[in-house]
Amino acid sequence: MHESLSRRRGHRAQFWFLFTPGAFWLGFFFLLPLLIVLVYSFFTRGPYGNVIYRWTADNYARLLNPIYFQIFWQSLWMAVTTTVISLLVGYPLAYYIARQRQPWRNVLLLLVIIPFWTNFLVRTYAIMVLFRTEGVVNAVLQGLGVIQEPLQIMYTPFAVTFGLVYGYLPFMVLPLYASIEKFDFSLIEAAQDLGANGWRSFLRVMLPLTLPGIVAGCILVFIPAIGAFVTPDLLGGAKTMMIGNLTQQQFLKARNWPFGSAVSISLMVIVSIAAWIYFRYGEEEML
Amino acid sequence: MAQSVDLSGRELRTSTALPAVEVREVTKVFPGPHGETVVAVEDVTLTIQEGEFFSLLGPSGCGKTTTLRMIAGFELPTRGEIWIHGRPMGSTPPYRRPVNTVFQNYALFPHMTIYENVAFGLEMEGVPKDEIRRRVLEVLELVRLPGMESRRPRQLSGGQQQRVALARALVKQPEVLLLDEPLGALDLKLRKAMQLELKHIQHRVGITFIYVTHDQEEALTMSDRIAVMDRGQVLQVGAPAEIYEAPVNRFVADFIGESNLLEGQIARLEGERALIYVDGVELAAHRHAQEVQLHQAVTFALRPEKISLLATTAEVAPGHVSVTGVVEERVYIGTDTRYMVRIGDQAQLVVRMQNLTHQDADHFQPGDRVQLSWDPAVARVLVE
Ligand SMILES: Nc1ncnc2c1ncn2[C@@H]1O[C@H](COP(=O)(O)OP(=O)(O)O)[C@@H](O)[C@H]1O
Ligand SMILES: [Mg+2]
Repeated sequence: MHESLSRRRGHRAQFWFLFTPGAFWLGFFFLLPLLIVLVYSFFTRGPYGNVIYRWTADNYARLLNPIYFQIFWQSLWMAVTTTVISLLVGYPLAYYIARQRQPWRNVLLLLVIIPFWTNFLVRTYAIMVLFRTEGVVNAVLQGLGVIQEPLQIMYTPFAVTFGLVYGYLPFMVLPLYASIEKFDFSLIEAAQDLGANGWRSFLRVMLPLTLPGIVAGCILVFIPAIGAFVTPDLLGGAKTMMIGNLTQQQFLKARNWPFGSAVSISLMVIVSIAAWIYFRYGEEEML
Repeated sequence: MAQSVDLSGRELRTSTALPAVEVREVTKVFPGPHGETVVAVEDVTLTIQEGEFFSLLGPSGCGKTTTLRMIAGFELPTRGEIWIHGRPMGSTPPYRRPVNTVFQNYALFPHMTIYENVAFGLEMEGVPKDEIRRRVLEVLELVRLPGMESRRPRQLSGGQQQRVALARALVKQPEVLLLDEPLGALDLKLRKAMQLELKHIQHRVGITFIYVTHDQEEALTMSDRIAVMDRGQVLQVGAPAEIYEAPVNRFVADFIGESNLLEGQIARLEGERALIYVDGVELAAHRHAQEVQLHQAVTFALRPEKISLLATTAEVAPGHVSVTGVVEERVYIGTDTRYMVRIGDQAQLVVRMQNLTHQDADHFQPGDRVQLSWDPAVARVLVE
């Protein structure tokens, strides 16, 4: 009796010892700023970019303006496109890597991760070098005589989508790889033995069993893609404004912190919905 | 390996029907991990009759699974050809072959219920829904798993999963069912029960079974015929009794059941009978129409249960031969007692005597001088 009581007390002490630092960290550096942003989103901008502490829902009402609605819509569309392309490119890639023999498999995985060792800005500038009017792609195409005039690739939605897919592909490949690597390929043989051709055995057996990886990869690409601002800024120029650019612009250029906060909170709501979908499916499908 | 007596004990339907499966001079070479090549199956030829329970038996790594996978279509032969019901398979993919497989690890679909698992193969054929339902329930009845339809595979025991794997393949009514060590993961008691049940099911459905196992006892009890394999080659094909009583070489004699195998030279030849000089004694065996020369190095093979132990004063049965020896060891194992008897400087013979009466078990003691007698016709001369 005594012993179990003191042990339980020991457990409790241990719990607080382990829990407190993390809780404090999260509370101070995550929840508090979030709360501040939430509160700010209901305040008003002063004439000099200062914040006037007066409650209003105007910031959210302003988001209903077609201009902003258009930005949200474009961001959503861009993020979905990026996610779908990443999935279509990432699945075969992850599959290929997962089926390689061991030393080679790790080398390939490393190659997927290596771009992370370079600064994201530098990598985006590298894409600009490729896509510029006098860039590598145009030079090659002109050299081959495929085109006469240089193509306008920079500052198009294509360039932005390309940059986003390039940047976030590893986030798709890694969870997919984890899922496919765990997948028992003898199940494909079983399906084929029972009369399913390659495509049907993929759809009926492999796809459902690697769904956790697919969902995780899609979330991991979708969330940063919808909030991206460096890529659309550099590759999309002024023509492609995404939520991330709008937020950045409001905070830094327009110095309208309350409206910027409202944009951020709205973005968070969208992301939360995506995450909710993930956990719903995740729970159902992860056996 | 000429065998005058037909030991098969079962007549096979060879007359009219085409063989269910023919493996013709098939070789399979794999690339090894270090750039070398691995010959998994070497020049194997088998003819499996319709309705037969045919086993591929051999130690781990001898090429059983590879042979089965080539019949199923998961691997293509490097050389040679697989024929199923008179049709050459060429590179026909698995989903177009009239065979189904029960996998060693069952390979049940974890995300599907038992019903969905069993229905899968019929869905792929485009069988109407209500017929699927009827056939799935029927086959689950056959493997004695009714009421499990809505469970998931991981909610079943190993034995039940095994039955689902069987049901999933049987529901397709294949011409040939391939089973790769299907009982390997079950405990002994369940395995014995399932052996009988599988045999029973095979009789009921009348499908050709090709059964892979490394368990010689399992192969002997279940099969109509057995192919004994070693290092990618088929050494002997025959009915269980034939394989057991008339092994063609030392490997088969050693692998199937227990055998006394003593190396020696031919000392004398008297028609069918050969006397083999082993370690200072001459042991009599029949050569079963094999050509052997005087002084040729051969192996004397004799099953322990074919030897009788007698007191030195006792009369040897007519037609039997005998040698004397000293009992070195005695192990009581219930149904019989196992004696280790020294007959030469090195040579020993294992003898199994059935315990028919209460006293049988302690008839001979270690240290006793005894006579060992046997019918030379059941002892064999093995060449090479
Ligand atoms: N896919 C493969 N690649 C390389 N070697 C293989 C492959 N499959 C089987 N082997 C080799 O072929 C031989 C026979 O294997 P297998 O048919 O699985 O034997 P068994 O089923 O009798 O245990 C083994 O030496 C095995 O290592
Ligand atoms: Mg095997």
